[in-house]
Amino acid sequence: MSPLRGGGRRSLAFSYRPYLRVLFFVPATVLLVFLVLYPALQTLLLSFYTPSGQFAGLNNYGSVLGNRETIDTSDWQMPYGTLINNCLWIAIHLPLTLFTGLYLALTLQKVRGASIIKSMIFLGRVTPMIVGGIILTFLFDEKSGIVPRLFGLLGINSLAIQWTQYPETLLFGLIFGSVWLWVGFSLIAYSAGLTTIPRDYFEAAQMDGASPWQTFRRITWPLLRQTTLTVVTMTILWELKIFDIIFAATNPNGGVGGAADVLALQMFRYAFRAGNYNAAAVVATLLTGLTLLVSAWMFRRIIIGPQRKGRRVRKLVLQFWTRVWTRIKPHRTVPQA
Amino acid sequence: MKIRRRKAHSFPKIPVRTIVIHAIAWGIGLLWLIPFLGVFMTAIRPVPEILNGWWVTNPFHPTLQNFQTAFSDPITPMWRGLLNSFMVAIPSTFIPILVASLGAYGFARFRFPMRDYLFLVIVLFMAVPQQMVAIPIFLTMINAGLWDNFFGIILVHTAWALPWILLFMRNFFQTLPLEVEEAARVDGASDFRIFYKIVLPMSLPALAAVAVLQFMWVWNDFFFAKVLLFSTQNLVATQLVPLLSEAGPFHKDQGILSAASITVMIVPILVFALLQRYYIRGMIGWTIKG
Repeated sequence: MSPLRGGGRRSLAFSYRPYLRVLFFVPATVLLVFLVLYPALQTLLLSFYTPSGQFAGLNNYGSVLGNRETIDTSDWQMPYGTLINNCLWIAIHLPLTLFTGLYLALTLQKVRGASIIKSMIFLGRVTPMIVGGIILTFLFDEKSGIVPRLFGLLGINSLAIQWTQYPETLLFGLIFGSVWLWVGFSLIAYSAGLTTIPRDYFEAAQMDGASPWQTFRRITWPLLRQTTLTVVTMTILWELKIFDIIFAATNPNGGVGGAADVLALQMFRYAFRAGNYNAAAVVATLLTGLTLLVSAWMFRRIIIGPQRKGRRVRKLVLQFWTRVWTRIKPHRTVPQA
Repeated sequence: MKIRRRKAHSFPKIPVRTIVIHAIAWGIGLLWLIPFLGVFMTAIRPVPEILNGWWVTNPFHPTLQNFQTAFSDPITPMWRGLLNSFMVAIPSTFIPILVASLGAYGFARFRFPMRDYLFLVIVLFMAVPQQMVAIPIFLTMINAGLWDNFFGIILVHTAWALPWILLFMRNFFQTLPLEVEEAARVDGASDFRIFYKIVLPMSLPALAAVAVLQFMWVWNDFFFAKVLLFSTQNLVATQLVPLLSEAGPFHKDQGILSAASITVMIVPILVFALLQRYYIRGMIGWTIKG
């Protein structure tokens, strides 16, 4: 059931002093207005003004977006800029975590001690991300880090280096490393999603002689749609907001030449190192625009989507059942030769 | 027509296959632990031993020296970071739960115009990044004298947690049976009485799930702490870790850094280990806290 529906039917019908009910909302409203809504609007306003307080229109946006720190596609050489780095993060990190988590969830269904393995993998999600960043730098240390040493053993000397000191290895090392930190999330989400699929579907598919891939493609994947949607949204939001890992693994400049710089870090640097609140507000507003876009998409899907999607999935399952049924029957009647 | 014959030996499963799957699964699980093992091994050994990798165990002298150094640092001792983290995280866990439960009950049970739209707006706040509010909050807190003050950061964490707890608790309250509350109302109980005496006790499992998630979120937070806490005696544990590594980019003492990292992460890991049931339940109930 959609979480935002069904409220109206379950309201308490009658109260002696309904005006007192306002008090339920007062503390939350006051806090939200003064510490979330008002500051957010102020940041939005700041982004349209010059530091001296004059209205600047979209000039700040122009200068931030035109800045090489944000987008640097002039030569397609290593610092790409924060916006592109965030996009790279989504392009690489999202599919990797999603499918690793899904694969592990499917595999662990048949494994003894799966809950222990899940907890082991989930540790990365429980660890403070600031510690996660430190651990990643340890992993990528030339001498005492396991990753460069492994590449050295394999004879790939170009990767047997101090990963944090070269732009390419820094950025991609952090992206791949954060897969290690985040997979636990999609694993747990998919494991929970899998338990909601009735066993009968898989048994029916097996009786029908469906290959594991067919079963996955026709039953598991469509029925996990809602889970996938949630995992995708949450992972994109996390990737857009990423800050701690990079701060801990590099420095406030985003590492060598700003190779691993991201929007959140750029905002922090502008605001609290350079003291340029207006430019920082522009970066923050851009970041918020992106996160709101992603979550608005999810809410639209959650509010409008599930019924239509649910019907489609149900129809698909029904179709599948009838197909299974019509195929099982002749098998039963045909005598074994 | 060809009759596809079902393989006779598909049940029970071929042991080899099962063994392979188990080996892969446990292998991946252990693989995931290796970085943690590395930090642990680095933390409990003197630095010269791990210069060529923590897996070299030829000289192996376990020691607590690194922890001792991290805890007795003259300027930023770890114990103070831990203490400060607890002093921030515990109120920032319970205050928002109280405030948000009140509001969530209102959203779940009372009827008023525009209710669902208002709720949707509040839920959209969940997506707003901390960076969006950082500058005005920073300036306001300085003006209000709450900057570099635990009270200020607790207020911010409280407000920041409200949207997701509101959503979570509202969804939970809607699943509670209405009859009990109606019966109490017939007996003349007020809205607040019903909330405190009936609804909250019935919601303890959900409240526990929220508390675990929120505590970990505040404990692991770095950005708000970085913006709002400044003087060395006020820094929380997550702030001390990069401070130790900032000592010099090419001269990090991995041993002390590892010891500090373990100290910081042991608290959320313990909470997770002890209250895993609530944590997972909270995370799965579709409000997923990132």
